[in-house]
Amino acid sequence: MITHPTAAELGQAVAAFDAEAASPGDARHVFLSRVADNARAILAREAAHGARLEAEATERLVGLLGETDDVETLNARLCDALEAGRLAPLDARVLAHLRETAIAQIAIDQPQYGGLAALLDAGDRA
Amino acid sequence: MDVVTALNLLAPRLSPAATGARNARRLSGGASLETWAFDLSDGTPLILRRRPDGALPRETALPLASEAALIRAAAASGAPTPGVAHICEPEDHLGEAYVMLRLEGETLGRRIVRDDAFATVRPGLARRCGHVLAQIHATPTDGLPPLATSDARGELARYEGVYRELAARRPILEAAFRWLGAAAPPPPERPVLVHGDFRNGNLMIHPDHGLVGVLDWELAHLGDPAEDLGWICVNSWRFGEWRKPVGGFGDYDELLAGYGGDIALDRVRFWQALGSLKWAVMCLMMYQSFATGADRSIERAMIGRRTSEAEIDLVTLMEQAA
Repeated sequence: MITHPTAAELGQAVAAFDAEAASPGDARHVFLSRVADNARAILAREAAHGARLEAEATERLVGLLGETDDVETLNARLCDALEAGRLAPLDARVLAHLRETAIAQIAIDQPQYGGLAALLDAGDRA
Repeated sequence: MDVVTALNLLAPRLSPAATGARNARRLSGGASLETWAFDLSDGTPLILRRRPDGALPRETALPLASEAALIRAAAASGAPTPGVAHICEPEDHLGEAYVMLRLEGETLGRRIVRDDAFATVRPGLARRCGHVLAQIHATPTDGLPPLATSDARGELARYEGVYRELAARRPILEAAFRWLGAAAPPPPERPVLVHGDFRNGNLMIHPDHGLVGVLDWELAHLGDPAEDLGWICVNSWRFGEWRKPVGGFGDYDELLAGYGGDIALDRVRFWQALGSLKWAVMCLMMYQSFATGADRSIERAMIGRRTSEAEIDLVTLMEQAA
């Protein structure tokens, strides 16, 4: 369920980068090496936690929508319900799910991102 | 004719004391625009901003001659800008381009919000940003080059259209579109000149003199003054200093005090949230160019994963609004 890109696409991009020849002192290659390292770290976190986070998301979606299906279908139904106005964006149960979803995704994509601390901080002024 | 040769021939027209150009070097790797630094033989430090041969402008980006005209107009109303030295003509053999003075300072947000070198200018920076935005917004709009006009509803519709085309299913973005659609303020009574990308990265900050130049006017348009005030408060440009909403260096009240006038904080925070939503859609767009094969670089793939940074910021803002 973690997309844009999926782990498989990210893995392909890392492999393609690793296969590229670098000329010495190429500043762009140095920059992209750091990006590739970050990508490998994301893939490692996703391999370790992705399945559990997806199971938790499925459970929340079942509770929120009152129906059972695979996570992708349930996620699409939640999007449809929000788009059509059947669920309100600031509804407490919706927000509770979105909060957990955001925390789970950032834990894989960018655990150091300041927005996580901001969300968890009750006195946040952001 | 290559850029270095063309600059050498142009040099005497830029300064009577100059016989040529030296140290010409390309700075950024931007695909849509090239930036070159060079010096005249009399020592004057300059920047060339140029559209590469054959490159098409981004859909919403201004022609470079319009950009240069806007910089001159904003400078006339007092805003700090890199002075425009020359707008290139066909006989300059540089294509669509202009030359401006090279300012001394730093644009990297991470350094500006953290490095000791900027410790003395940081406390006054949010107020200064407010003041500079007021100067930009006070630029008379008569006589400006043709500019698009936009407002909150128009921007929301435009970005929702892009999001639908991408066919991404992201519940946080769905919720944010509905929330902001219901909260959108009416268009301003009088649209002003909006910079359109006023944030860390486009602000030249000198360690002693603070904000010395507003760069990159490519996305300027007419619209809601709160758009510029909200954009610099988007968490993605705070570089970890999330407790300081204005660019990672200041508070809302300082920004508004520097601005003067009567812009409500609610209106700024609306545009801040819309800014996060726009950034989320931009990240998806950049990922899309990886997915379709237009740009298979790891950089393009990875920026898609920054969508979740905008999403967590949107959840925080929605919780505060609930």
